[in-house]
Amino acid sequence: MEKLLTELKPGETGKIIALRGGRRMQERLRSLGMMEGNHIRKLSNLVWSGPVIVLVDRAQVAIGFGMARRIIVLTNGNNKT
Amino acid sequence: MKRPAAIDTTSKKILRKRTISDILLVGQPNVGKSVLFSRLTGVRTIASNYPGTTVTYTSGRMRFAQETYKVLDAPGTYSLEPLDESARAAVDLIDDAKRIINVVDATHLERHLPLTMELLAQKKVMVVALNMSDEARHKGIRIDAGKLSERLGVPVVPTAARSGEGIKELIHSLHSLPVPKEEEKDESSHPGHHPHIPDYSQRDIDRGHVHLNRDKIWQRVGEIVGEVQSLHHHHHTLSQRLGEMSVHPVWGSLFAVFVLALSFSLIRLIGEFLIGGGIGILGEPWLELPFGTEFLFEAVFKPLLKKLSLLLGEEGFLHKMLIGTLIDGDIDFMQSFGILTSGLFIPLAAVLPYIISFYLVLSLLEDSGYLPRLAVFLDNIMHRIGLHGYAIIPSLLGLGCNVPGVMATRILESRQQRFITATLISIAVPCAALQAMIIGLVGDHGPWAVIFIYGMLFITWLIIGLILRFTSRGFRPELLIEIPPYRIPSFRALISKMWMRILGFLREALPVVIAAVFIVNILYQLKAFEYMADFTAPVITSLWGMPKESIVPLLVGILRKDVAVGMFAPLELNIKQLITGCVVLSMFFPCIATFVVLFRELGLKYGLKSMAVMLIAVTLVGTALNFSLSLIIP
Ligand SMILES: Nc1nc2c(ncn2[C@@H]2O[C@H](COP(=O)(O)OP(=O)(O)OP(=O)(O)O)[C@@H](O)[C@H]2O)c(=O)[nH]1
Ligand SMILES: [Mg+2]
Repeated sequence: MEKLLTELKPGETGKIIALRGGRRMQERLRSLGMMEGNHIRKLSNLVWSGPVIVLVDRAQVAIGFGMARRIIVLTNGNNKT
Repeated sequence: MKRPAAIDTTSKKILRKRTISDILLVGQPNVGKSVLFSRLTGVRTIASNYPGTTVTYTSGRMRFAQETYKVLDAPGTYSLEPLDESARAAVDLIDDAKRIINVVDATHLERHLPLTMELLAQKKVMVVALNMSDEARHKGIRIDAGKLSERLGVPVVPTAARSGEGIKELIHSLHSLPVPKEEEKDESSHPGHHPHIPDYSQRDIDRGHVHLNRDKIWQRVGEIVGEVQSLHHHHHTLSQRLGEMSVHPVWGSLFAVFVLALSFSLIRLIGEFLIGGGIGILGEPWLELPFGTEFLFEAVFKPLLKKLSLLLGEEGFLHKMLIGTLIDGDIDFMQSFGILTSGLFIPLAAVLPYIISFYLVLSLLEDSGYLPRLAVFLDNIMHRIGLHGYAIIPSLLGLGCNVPGVMATRILESRQQRFITATLISIAVPCAALQAMIIGLVGDHGPWAVIFIYGMLFITWLIIGLILRFTSRGFRPELLIEIPPYRIPSFRALISKMWMRILGFLREALPVVIAAVFIVNILYQLKAFEYMADFTAPVITSLWGMPKESIVPLLVGILRKDVAVGMFAPLELNIKQLITGCVVLSMFFPCIATFVVLFRELGLKYGLKSMAVMLIAVTLVGTALNFSLSLIIP
């Protein structure tokens, strides 16, 4: 199912299917591996809408909460919530 | 302290003057450009394991086969559209570069090739250095360099800058690059390039200018990576497991607190050990050895100075200049205030040990790759003051010396962030030299007085940040950073970096300290300070509760803060005045070196704004401290 990156649980994996936001914002995200089609694993998210840390292309990236909300991820479908 | 001249003599003006380099290093942040640069030129540079270490260019020379090349190390950039001030400097340099070494990270080829494609689209004469190939091997990533070179149409050389692997081959391939001729610049096919590099430019109908079609670039990069790279199974390495654990919300936070506490304890432990030969963290040391800078000065240097003092007749102008005033008939290195006494003791015996211990611990944090993780955990706090977590990196550098700290604000994306961070550093982040002197002077009254001063500066930092956040408008970008893998710091690199910073300190500090002692002595002789002291007494005495003579150290603080703290010693301040004095001195006007860099980085308007904030803050904090401490300490 489709989720925002912020909605994923730590340890959950998925595939990036879309990015929202302006061109420059999308470019920034893509240049750090947040590219449509890439597999992504959420490692952790910090409290109080803190940054989200993901593993993408074998590298860790920290993304501010507001930006992480612009990344749409397709998860395996088994809805655990 | 500034970094040595080789790095920091550049100003934006010089950059704008279009530096023409024979060979320019271009690549994304943290790929090893600076290490590679040192390998090629033998010039020392600061290299650390986090993106954004280099914020300005460094130039050096490389000799090969009777030819001398000028080589430039530049900041990293993700693309030719710069996102921050440091990347802008890199992109400016690319426009004029004759030849380029494009450094890419072999462990993340897909992320680095888009920049390569952009450079190729600009028809640059270049070589690709496939760096970190040792790490790639370790991680089971194999790249066919020959095939990659065929696909890109430029030479590709696998390198491992840290061990020096592949450097010779890189130099050979540089040497065989075609010499670019000015007239040919606009020709469509460059001699160094195969004509099969497609054109990625695309006309933007809405805005009417040409920009690159990035979708096409990424698609092509995907194809190339698929063809040249093969991944082999490898097990979870320890560094990866540690990497994942240290971003865990609970374990990671605990670990961050632990790392910070350990770092501060270590700095103090090593610093005190180097000064006094004693070991112990708070209070009295539990082991003391006949060793340390203080011992050297007291036991070895003092007898010599005493002979000189006798020779000079224990008074007179020359005695005053060289030895200073005798305290109870003896030389007191903190109070005598002569060029050979306090002028040498302060930088070499009191401050240098802390410079060494601070940079040793900082280097370990930098090289291990922990700093970006710390930035993630501090992101929340930094958000409250209008910044994001990465602003912690300039601030930590500022704890060593405000100058590189303020310079490092170039890694922040918006003008507002740069203004807030730089202002906070210059007001509320004490440099290592200042801290060493505060610990030395106030530490005698017990560790709590020192901790109180740190606490006050931290609260000031927080409150000014909060106020600036709400009063200055502007673009407030969020945190977005690549977290590098943990790496074991290389001993050689560590020593080299320490050496650079220590030498930099000595070169910057010694002449200024000695000049400051000299000038102050002359002005005392001319009684110039007496008029001034009466003039400033309303603020200093009525508001801050300090003796009116404290204006002298405060003014000397504009030259160097460490000397200024030393000048509190003969004033016989009580603990309340000592605390207020140290806090006020830390905040009151940055030292001249920081002042210059601050205005250079922020521009006149924001520089003045920053000074206004400083003056208001120091007046209020000094007054608040004076009156509230009077309530606590009778
Ligand atoms: N294993 C390995 N590590 C390397 C290699 N080259 C550089 N490093 C390490 O990678 C880190 C980054 O190196 P730098 O030279 O500072 O990178 P940079 O490209 O100058 O980075 P910025 O100045 O931030 O753009 C350092 O910790 C180096 O020790 C290499 O070939 N192999
Ligand atoms: Mg660098």
